[in-house]
Amino acid sequence: MTIASEPAHDPAAPGAGARIATFLKYGANADPDAPKAPFYRHPLFVRVAHWTNAIVLTVMLMSGLQIFNAHSALYWGAQSDFDHPWVSMTAEQNDDGSLKGITKIGPWHFDTTGWLGASKVDGQWAVRGFPSWATIPGPQWLAMGRLWHFFFAWLFVANGVVFAGLAVYSGHFRRDLKPRASDITGLPAEIAHHARLQFPRGAAAKSYNPLQRLTYFTVIFVIAPLIVLTGLTMSPTLDTAFPFLPWIFGGRQSARTIHFLCAFSFVLFFLVHIVMVVLSGTWNNVRSMITGRYEIEEGGHA
Amino acid sequence: MREGATRRGFLMRGLAGVGTLALAGCHSVSQQPWADPLLRSAEALTKRVQRLFAGDHALAQEFTKADIAPVFRANGTLDPGTAEYRAQAQSNFANWRVTVGGLVEHPLSLSMAQLRKMPSRTQITRHDCVEGWSCIGEWTGVQMSHILALAGPKQNARYVVFYCADPMTDTNGDGINDSDFYYESLDMVEATHPQTLLAYDLNGQPLDIAHGAPVRVRAERQLGYKQPKYVKAVALVESLDKIGGGKGGYWEDQGYNWWGGI
Repeated sequence: MTIASEPAHDPAAPGAGARIATFLKYGANADPDAPKAPFYRHPLFVRVAHWTNAIVLTVMLMSGLQIFNAHSALYWGAQSDFDHPWVSMTAEQNDDGSLKGITKIGPWHFDTTGWLGASKVDGQWAVRGFPSWATIPGPQWLAMGRLWHFFFAWLFVANGVVFAGLAVYSGHFRRDLKPRASDITGLPAEIAHHARLQFPRGAAAKSYNPLQRLTYFTVIFVIAPLIVLTGLTMSPTLDTAFPFLPWIFGGRQSARTIHFLCAFSFVLFFLVHIVMVVLSGTWNNVRSMITGRYEIEEGGHA
Repeated sequence: MREGATRRGFLMRGLAGVGTLALAGCHSVSQQPWADPLLRSAEALTKRVQRLFAGDHALAQEFTKADIAPVFRANGTLDPGTAEYRAQAQSNFANWRVTVGGLVEHPLSLSMAQLRKMPSRTQITRHDCVEGWSCIGEWTGVQMSHILALAGPKQNARYVVFYCADPMTDTNGDGINDSDFYYESLDMVEATHPQTLLAYDLNGQPLDIAHGAPVRVRAERQLGYKQPKYVKAVALVESLDKIGGGKGGYWEDQGYNWWGGI
């Protein structure tokens, strides 16, 4: 068992170019000379569902921000207490006529000019929650944002249902995604490994590590259903069919706030996910999600 | 592995292409002639599934007096502003009439006094705006089902169209809207839902001008834009094609969904 040791400073050490290539292929702390074993990591349905989801969630997020911009404030409860939003993005006019964007979160006020509250659309300052580069479509166009959101919502649900069904049927869920009691107890050690950029090698690299299992399980089986249910709760017709929906979430406006928090949980997940992909080997990871083929460095911590 | 490399290249190009389409081009995609009908194709499915679960009569939640918003937000037209409407408001809508026509056996012309004498329903409900906010208020009015029963819909009547007194467009640039009067439509299921009213009171007071005086629609399973204010005429029709822009309502003609249940 060899845990990554200090790199030796001998003249035969690889140059910067070679080290960057190794980093891009196998990530931080990888040993380019260690023997690699190919491993078929992701079955086809996981790969298809993953990339479908990547596209669908991007459209959902950006069209969702377009819809949010129609009323850029969040509340708790059944209705909107307009004087006391939890979060709001507003704009004030400066003396010279320019706009100042203000984001309020509870009692705190932030100047977010250019980002939230007020930003430029095609070179013109505009009062808007999120900036045009983050919304679909770019300019304020609620009707079109809703068309995108409600079309892709069906794709999101269909993709999720097919994935979950196949995951259970194929054993992917039981084998790889279902958290185990040891995942919780082993969490501190796992976080320490991640913090030191020590990623599993050898046999241990063939399955998700505890942090991955807990994260993927939470994102797929907690946050995704939650964002769908809170989305449905915003529909006045579905609230008549399922009165327990607004009841569970503390009201339609609470559901809207939770929907927004779920969306930003996805954003946070995405950012961490990208960082982890890069640190543990961009090309090796991306290839495994496209062709299924993953190369495992033999040995390492289990 | 030539074959594998080619396949990877194809996959990468495909992903890059779809990614570009989905991200950089979404605004231009929104303006393509095929985009709108494609995205809109989900609307029929959404309506069908929502109706499947909600049925024809599932009721919207009714709240208590304690839940009523201190100030009920008014949105859209706040004052129709036409000379005709001003004159009506001056006389306290004594001469206001709501006509019921189109595909009915017995066309009606109802004064506010006649409407107020009909059996009424009072409901404390949550109003959901398409913009995202909600407000709770107490509405009193006549069930549309009662009025439709009096008028006697013909067999082929499929939609109920509401014509309103508020113009939406300023054609001569004087800052006062003068044309494109607001209109909306509901299908027979939604129009005859027990909570669909021609409402004349909000929180126990006659509707003020900002909230649609003297009478407006409440359709509690739909978003706010489906519940027009300042209602002058009700018409039963078989098709929405030849009315306004043909999409079933003022906002629908601007691109909003006809199905306002979500």
